[in-house]
Amino acid sequence: MSTLAERILGAPAGSFVDRPVDRAFVHDGTGVLTLEAWRRMERDRLACPERLSILFDHIAPANNSTTAALQAELRTFAAEQGVHFSDVGSGICHQLMSEGIVRPGEVVVGADSHTCTLGAFGAFATGVGATDMAAIWASGSTWFRVPATIGVHLDGTLRGAAEAKDIALDYVRRLGMDGGTYMALEFLGERARDLSMESRLTIANMAVETGAKAGLFYADDTTVRFLADYGIQTAPQAIEAGSYRREITLDLDDLVPLVAAPHRVDNARPVEDFEGIALDEVFVGTCTNGRYGDLARVAAIVAGSKVAVRTIVVPASRSVLLAAARSGVLSTLIAAGCTIGPPGCGPCLGAHMGVLGEGEVGLSTANRNFRNRMGVGAEYYLCSPATAAASALAGAITAPEGTA
Amino acid sequence: MILSGKAVCLGADIDTDLIIAGRYLRTKDRRVWAEHVFEDLDPVLAARMKGAVILAGTNFGCGSSREQAPVALEEAGVVGVIAPSFARIFFRNAINVGLPLMECADVRCSNDAPVSFSPDEGWVEADGERCAATPLSGRMLDILAHGGLVEYWRSQQ
Repeated sequence: MSTLAERILGAPAGSFVDRPVDRAFVHDGTGVLTLEAWRRMERDRLACPERLSILFDHIAPANNSTTAALQAELRTFAAEQGVHFSDVGSGICHQLMSEGIVRPGEVVVGADSHTCTLGAFGAFATGVGATDMAAIWASGSTWFRVPATIGVHLDGTLRGAAEAKDIALDYVRRLGMDGGTYMALEFLGERARDLSMESRLTIANMAVETGAKAGLFYADDTTVRFLADYGIQTAPQAIEAGSYRREITLDLDDLVPLVAAPHRVDNARPVEDFEGIALDEVFVGTCTNGRYGDLARVAAIVAGSKVAVRTIVVPASRSVLLAAARSGVLSTLIAAGCTIGPPGCGPCLGAHMGVLGEGEVGLSTANRNFRNRMGVGAEYYLCSPATAAASALAGAITAPEGTA
Repeated sequence: MILSGKAVCLGADIDTDLIIAGRYLRTKDRRVWAEHVFEDLDPVLAARMKGAVILAGTNFGCGSSREQAPVALEEAGVVGVIAPSFARIFFRNAINVGLPLMECADVRCSNDAPVSFSPDEGWVEADGERCAATPLSGRMLDILAHGGLVEYWRSQQ
């Protein structure tokens, strides 16, 4: 019996396959080196411009003239080649690809490690580097070693304040930062099928934090309904028990909000262990937790109060920002003292818009707390939007209401 | 193919942010990356990269897909990287930019001791002791022999 990764790539685990890619994308960061490598390949035209996207999100808008000049080059190239392009303020590449572009069963390759996010649709989605991407621009295909799969069973029911981010932090701590290296994760069980698309995107997003190549959910009725809202007709994927290299079970009944302490993503423990740690900044956003539901949960918690530390909220896309504006979520956040950034990656990669200073402590809904990543000499803790909101009000790490 | 250099010993889970920090990525000048390689791990390391063979712990190159990480190492003069395991995107990127690397579980590291390794024969010799290592596939060796994927790709057209 085949795993979902084996079915999509059409060969058993361990095989090497050359496979046309259905969607490929770069952002303003990786696009620069991709373009340089592609030019060195001396091709005039892209092999499959209709399958390619260039999406500005990492330093968007540009923070200085050097960045602006690099972005201008990519912008011109996209126009010349007729490639799908989204400019500054549109949103994070993975989020935009999730808004009615990626479909179940596709092979999706992005020049960004968090491309695994799109496995939420039952696609095989994985990150590559710039030169691999340049070869895809030139040929339309790439090679893969078909990964073995770890089955991650979701059992029980989420209770209290625990949410999708806590599921993600839980499997990362269980598997460790290299527990999934060279493999795929497949999220299984009735409870996996209960999860919203937003939750699945959050959970699949962090597969790479275990070293995994991909993190996949089967497409089901939830997926079909979600894509139907974008005018895309698709069908559920038949579930068959694959042959897994390893299986783990996450018991959602017992799951409490978790916090990953510096400087390892797998260094996660219950929020109570960290309560009272004073914060200089709270950041809500990223391809992990910058979606509408995330912002709405934060707004529900801070409504009518004032945040006690600088709190930066960056919507994952323009659609998210617009939905938040229309529903009143945005005005609630602003009234509570939050600072709203333009849709994109925000300070996550440590380049702009909320980078911490030496000795400062931050709490973030992002996916990486690596040493110095979001500020040289700073410490960043990772958590869910609910924990971020409760902590923003207190000015210190605080368990959200309802924590068991 | 036998490559050799002097050992630089590093720990496990060295991420690509530590190899080259995000604040240095917005340029096409490779010398900038070489100058600041490993700056956030240990600022003295950049000066030791010329002729170095890095012997690292598991999961080398985890995190971001930035190709500037292997380019920084190569530009700084690193001969190759040996580790029990690599993050997969880093592994592909290294081969694609022509930086040799090998998986070897048991290698012992003493800083500055001579190290040799053979990506095609599948061994690493460090500190006077030879260990078996996973040989690279034919295609990977071919890409390395051409100096990277761009040159390999052009040779195939």
